[in-house]
Amino acid sequence: MPKRTDIKKIMLIGSGPIVIGQACEFDYSGTQACKALREEGYEVILINSNPATIMTDPDVADRTYVEPITAAAVRKIIEIERPDALLPTLGGQTGLNTALEVAEDGTLDEFGVELIGAKVDVIKRAEDRELFKEAMREAGLECLKSERVNNLDRAREVAEELGFPVIVRPSYTLGGTGGGTAYNMEELERIAAGGLKASRVHEVLLEESALGWKEFEMEVVRDRNDNCVIICSIENLDPMGVHTGDSITVAPTQTLTDAEYQKMRDWSIAVLRVIGVDTGGSNVQFAIHPETGRMVVIEMNPRVSRSSALASKATGYPIAKIAAKLAVGYTLDELPNDITRDTPASFEPTIDYCVVKVPRFAFEKFPGADPKLGVSMKSVGETMAIGRNFREAVQKAFRGLEIGVAGLDLRAEDLVNKPEIESELRRTDTDRHFNVKYALKHGYTMERIAELTKIDPWFVDQFAQIVELEKRLIEASALNVDLLREAKESGFSDRQIAALRGGKVTELDIRRERLALGVKPVYRLVDTCAGEFEAYTPYFYSSYADKDESRPSDKPKIMILGSGPNRIGQGIEFDYCCVHTVQALRELGFETIMVNSNPETVSTDYDTADKLYFEPLTFEDVMNIYENEQPLGVIVQMGGQTPLNLANSLMKAGVPILGTSPESIDRAEDRKHCRALLEKLGLKQPESDTALTVEGALAVARRIGYPVMVRPSYVLGGRAMMVAYKDEDIEPFVRAALKVSPGFPVLLDRYLEGAIEVDADCVCDGKQVYVGGVMQHIEAAGIHSGDSACCVPPHSLSPEMVKRIEQAVSEIALELNVKGVMNTQWAVAGDELYVIEINPRASRTVPYVSKASGVPLVKLAAKIASGKTFDDIGYPKPPRPMEWYAVKEAVFPFNRFSGVDPILGPEMKSTGEVMGMDASFEIAYWKSQIAAGQNLPTEGTVFLSAKDADKSWMVEIGRQLVELGFGLASTTGTAAALQEAGLPVRVLKKLAEKESPNIMDLMRDGEVQMIINTPSGPTARVDEVKIRSETILRGIPIITTEPGARASLAAIRTVREHGWTVKALQDYFA
Amino acid sequence: MTKALLALEDGTCFSGRAFAGSGEVYGELVFNTSMTGYQEILTDPSYHGQIVTLTYPLIGNYGINDEDIESWKPHAAGLVVNEASRTRSNWRSTKSLADYLIENQILGVDHVDTRAVTLHIRSRGAMKCVISTTDLDRDSLFAKAKSSPGLVGRDLSSEVSTPDAYDWPKDDANYRIAVLDCGIKRNQLRMMADRGIAARVFSNSASADDILAAKPDGFFISNGPGDPDAVPHVLTTIRDLVAHGLPTFGICFGHQLLALAHGGTTYKLKFGHRGANQPVKNLETGLIEITSQNHGFCVDKDSLDSATLETTHINLNDGTSEGLRHKQQPMFSVQYHPEAAPGPHDAAYLFDQFILLMGAQGA
Repeated sequence: MPKRTDIKKIMLIGSGPIVIGQACEFDYSGTQACKALREEGYEVILINSNPATIMTDPDVADRTYVEPITAAAVRKIIEIERPDALLPTLGGQTGLNTALEVAEDGTLDEFGVELIGAKVDVIKRAEDRELFKEAMREAGLECLKSERVNNLDRAREVAEELGFPVIVRPSYTLGGTGGGTAYNMEELERIAAGGLKASRVHEVLLEESALGWKEFEMEVVRDRNDNCVIICSIENLDPMGVHTGDSITVAPTQTLTDAEYQKMRDWSIAVLRVIGVDTGGSNVQFAIHPETGRMVVIEMNPRVSRSSALASKATGYPIAKIAAKLAVGYTLDELPNDITRDTPASFEPTIDYCVVKVPRFAFEKFPGADPKLGVSMKSVGETMAIGRNFREAVQKAFRGLEIGVAGLDLRAEDLVNKPEIESELRRTDTDRHFNVKYALKHGYTMERIAELTKIDPWFVDQFAQIVELEKRLIEASALNVDLLREAKESGFSDRQIAALRGGKVTELDIRRERLALGVKPVYRLVDTCAGEFEAYTPYFYSSYADKDESRPSDKPKIMILGSGPNRIGQGIEFDYCCVHTVQALRELGFETIMVNSNPETVSTDYDTADKLYFEPLTFEDVMNIYENEQPLGVIVQMGGQTPLNLANSLMKAGVPILGTSPESIDRAEDRKHCRALLEKLGLKQPESDTALTVEGALAVARRIGYPVMVRPSYVLGGRAMMVAYKDEDIEPFVRAALKVSPGFPVLLDRYLEGAIEVDADCVCDGKQVYVGGVMQHIEAAGIHSGDSACCVPPHSLSPEMVKRIEQAVSEIALELNVKGVMNTQWAVAGDELYVIEINPRASRTVPYVSKASGVPLVKLAAKIASGKTFDDIGYPKPPRPMEWYAVKEAVFPFNRFSGVDPILGPEMKSTGEVMGMDASFEIAYWKSQIAAGQNLPTEGTVFLSAKDADKSWMVEIGRQLVELGFGLASTTGTAAALQEAGLPVRVLKKLAEKESPNIMDLMRDGEVQMIINTPSGPTARVDEVKIRSETILRGIPIITTEPGARASLAAIRTVREHGWTVKALQDYFA
Repeated sequence: MTKALLALEDGTCFSGRAFAGSGEVYGELVFNTSMTGYQEILTDPSYHGQIVTLTYPLIGNYGINDEDIESWKPHAAGLVVNEASRTRSNWRSTKSLADYLIENQILGVDHVDTRAVTLHIRSRGAMKCVISTTDLDRDSLFAKAKSSPGLVGRDLSSEVSTPDAYDWPKDDANYRIAVLDCGIKRNQLRMMADRGIAARVFSNSASADDILAAKPDGFFISNGPGDPDAVPHVLTTIRDLVAHGLPTFGICFGHQLLALAHGGTTYKLKFGHRGANQPVKNLETGLIEITSQNHGFCVDKDSLDSATLETTHINLNDGTSEGLRHKQQPMFSVQYHPEAAPGPHDAAYLFDQFILLMGAQGA
């Protein structure tokens, strides 16, 4: 059946900001879908609030709305654009939920918009636990046994039938509070009693536990003719109980026979059929009992997912692209397999390598968070590696993770809690795989480890083989070619081997020795078919074997280093930069070679660059590719810190670094050099110094002059920084800081009272500078720039100051001889301008400022880095002057880390960002808040709580709220101040008083719509942390800073008075 | 571990080491792209006379179990893999792959760059090959490879067919069929039995009269190894039974024999179809089946007499014949393996189709 001609315009919903569980993979799938649909002649309308996405580039969709992803915004867009169809399955859970909302509120029917890909009832059957189980029963597929009970007696009986452990899930409680796992009758009674009490309907669900079972996933694609194919099977190395996003996962399955695999395949297809997924990709999860082989269906997602992105990268089968084409009516046999060209997409990829994904965590950013992994995902990124065996792949993945290990090396063992190894092996925390290796070296048998960790013995044996080889590498009198080759085949890095050889042996020594012995990697194709057909897509991985398939060309080519796994501070923004670099260099006719290890990204789509090397970003791996391809040079300025860290060693090895030189980068980043540079240019920097003692800190503070900002090296419980106005302020804070992290200095900066922080991004060719945008932060100086909301153009800086900043930016860029992009950070205090930071490389803000202004800064920078000048490529002329505001807001993962205080400081905590655009600053700000999930209310009650120093502005905010018709609530201190000002306020009990009503009661009963609460002092009180984390859990908007409160109030006022509208990016630049 | 050499008739040599057994074996070198199912592949009589390279690099992970066997013993002349697992992990596993191969005196080699082998066969075609752990002289091995018997013109089917007829019983069977064993995989019999069919399995040398004497409701021709052109005696039996109006179903080798018996021709594919991901289009329904395949020879679909035979299925990768139907007689066959084992179960409906055919005939 050919494509449908009765639909012309298709709307797509993106997934919004990067959050835990929903990251770049939806930019990858969404971009593929947009391209695929436009290729077929459909007009594509897109909504996505995330400016750092490729999919929101104005040339990817026909109409691009960077607006909050809410039902209201979608409705407004539908009113304007009148699409024929809505494709909800490519924007993650956000896309699916929002589509469901507009379907259920009647919007889609009202405007005659057809839901394609998955209908409402399908989404519901897949998402609702009860409906899902019912559907599985109907299809004769087994799920975990469960039963609802409403009294303890019945709970005992049911638990007896199910067998322990039993999972208790109270019905209708928030986030499953009051539930738990009972291992015996005593625990069951306790947990079930608590759960029954917590449940609004006095009911709990008892479910048999699959903890410790083997976990699997299947990626399935179905077309409208009911043709179903399995794209990839995935086996989780970690057992059930660890979220699959936090597990090491392996493709294909390793420990299932064909009979077992085929049963899983049959069931996967049966699940799609009974749930009723019309077309597209879905993912089905299974658990298998390791001793009996009993298989149960756990859940399914009727949409593309993180796993489908992984499956696409693991096999070379572009699931999202195919899903989009199937949604408009094609069948699988009508679509070609891009990689082999001659064979159709109606087949099942078969691979001849092993793929391993390893998650990356960020617990260090959230002190107090429990690092135990469970059913709620906590990892912020991942890296994938391909090898000819598991050992090679897993070691490559670990060295690509950038956590300071060069594989499963000796350093990894430093992280092990050795005396507690037995109990550590039972725990599912982030270091569990290092624990396994350590235990293997210290007398634990493979069987014992498998028993304790519930990791399949096959995988434990793979770790054991690494340990054995490690021992041989340590003990060998000399490295001979056979041993070296064996080590490389098992994924040992040069650096890892050097450390094992001990003494003064360095990575470079091993490299030299290895090359002398002729032990070099070969590059293999990812071809979807295990070599059965010729493949045309140059997608490679390295391995140590005989035959190389990389076919280097003799065209002029440039290698671009990507940014590796997502982490806090380095995410999709840098992938956007890398993709733009590829696009720009291809425009100039260069052959582009992309190197990256992050499977979620657009940069690792084999369609993006001319060649893709899916490899870890380490010196060794990059050098190997460099030597194989011999490009003109390497671009390191676009992928964030990852490639930058390699710049010096690559340069020393003779690799030309294109664009801004490593010396210039060093000159900007080194404290001393930077100071000299600024002195030369006559620019100021806030005075600063460090201290290791209280006395030292006092001396520094007096020298710099009060007020000073004091920051510990590591974040303290409640607050990561404080402003000290006098000696007495410093002492307790510094004492506490030094106690928490002894030996680490405290940083003291001159605090620029009331200063406004500013970011500015520019592009320079060494002769001319184009300042892409000056961004004014909303929050005061002291909050990490990545966590602060900001606005371009500046909403309150004077035009003169903006000019001064632009001028200073130009001077710095020229002085540093920047060839590419540069980010600078500034503080404006009255008439004074201070430099905070200079980063002669791509920054997190580049995509945002490019998208807001319509000038693609990275493309210009990339062309310049390749040797062009503005004279060659044309000095940019913005499409038109910015007569609008674009506000960026950060998005935080606090909801994943219960109990962590959601307070901002100099340590970056956000995982993603959104952008709000409008002609008015207030509405743009409002949009940014809504898009970030901060649902600013327009009526209701606001809880105010401030420490004394903040009370004066808090009273003013209170007055404004009352004017707007809001009710106020407060505890005694703040209430007194409000009452004194003549404002009506409901006085609540403090939590410590243990009496009602308190703020927790109000939140529970839905009687408070917003909370404005500032931290009380150097260490937060238990109760305020409790309040703040409760708001996160309940999704109640919370504001913790004065500028945030002011901007929010102004936004609420403006939206109440004027309402808001949506506008496509293309119209801003028309 | 013992060093092993893999020498091909075209002078190419790959090195590896023996992980099971030792000695010297020859056969046609082919590759299979299934990621699972090595036990079924090894025990499939169609691999008689062949050395199988598995493209999936990690083999033996789940060991060997007592159930997933397709005949009484492994038939492949040798097994070539990238890495044979030293441990096995699966709740059904009873022994390791290496032990199983040693028990059955089959040479297993690993540490071979199997992708290089696969790419070589893909571009040059399946070819004769010798693996040796005893003779490591390349020239000597090439000579042995060249002089070893190939598959073309060779009747291997008779070597694996049952010498004596036997029953594959089924209680309360609805149908009784006669099976011509050209090298049958047991799952064909299991799937028949699952559907209420009892089978009497005959040697491929049985005559039409022998078979008709059993008064079967239907006639089934199994898969098997070797060149379909090398068994003319079987063709006569087949022709007679089909002409008799006996509902007939053929799989793989059976498909080729049915085509040959009705005037069609077969030819040798460059490197065959061996794997579990081959897309086949059912021309009657338009639907796609992902199929399990294992064949080196192929029916020339242009050779079929359109007055009697009709192509019902084609391979979507290369357009080759995958199924045919007799226009006058109740007879159909497929080139691929609806019994799977290993592979997807998409085509199991063909067994039901056979029952329908027998039902229609009986009514």
